[in-house]
Amino acid sequence: MAELTAKTPCAGLLPISAGRVTVTEVDPGPMTAIAPFKGKEKTLAGALDRAHGLGGPAPGQTRVKGHVRILWFGHAHALLVGVAPKPTLARHAALTDQGDAWAVVQVEGAEARDVLARLTPLDLRDAVFAVDATARTELAHMQAAITRVGAQAWQMMVFRSMATTLVHDLDAAMRGVAARR
Amino acid sequence: MRIPCPICGNRDSREFDYMGHALTLDRPAPDAGLGAWDDYLHNRENPAGPTRDLWFHGLGCGAWLVVSRDTVTHEVFGAELARDVTGGRA
Repeated sequence: MAELTAKTPCAGLLPISAGRVTVTEVDPGPMTAIAPFKGKEKTLAGALDRAHGLGGPAPGQTRVKGHVRILWFGHAHALLVGVAPKPTLARHAALTDQGDAWAVVQVEGAEARDVLARLTPLDLRDAVFAVDATARTELAHMQAAITRVGAQAWQMMVFRSMATTLVHDLDAAMRGVAARR
Repeated sequence: MRIPCPICGNRDSREFDYMGHALTLDRPAPDAGLGAWDDYLHNRENPAGPTRDLWFHGLGCGAWLVVSRDTVTHEVFGAELARDVTGGRA
């Protein structure tokens, strides 16, 4: 059997920086979509708490415990990041491995919000999108998930096949913001 | 135009796909007859004023919504989950 070398989605593309913004690739570890079976939403929240010390996230919210994060990830499902799910969760929800499916990058810096404002219609103001808020939205015409992980830091996810487009559009927006300082 | 997604809050219309009039939620019975099915499949009003449409939040949470809006003023009155409108059927 051939020896295959694992490559990250943004290998050779990141890191980049321009102006006061830096983009780095994030290795999220295991990622699993968790979609509760009909009528199992409440028991799933309890099972998540027992298995990983995290309840189910409310829409637009994330919960963090150590290196494990669970994101609200759309209508009636969530994404568990940083740990493989305990098998007990399968009694309450459909579990789908997403570990190789997404490119994850972190955009950070004093002008990071100005860069994102060029790429997404999402309202990124502090009062609306605080630290640990998350959203499914559009990013340069791509389906994306955006999570605020710090005062000046956002993590962005797009489908792995679109990693090059993501980096290209981020780079253009960063240079545009930097040129207009 | 912004659409108030019941899950995500106010979002730009570019996150949504228009999926036709909400009357498609009221599927006729299988034996309702050719007239009823022809009407359901092909005939649509073209209202100047209030209407109810299906919108799919494809670049957002993925939910289907029933949106009430006015085709003349472009005012959006509100939105609810299609699942709640149908009570889970269909």
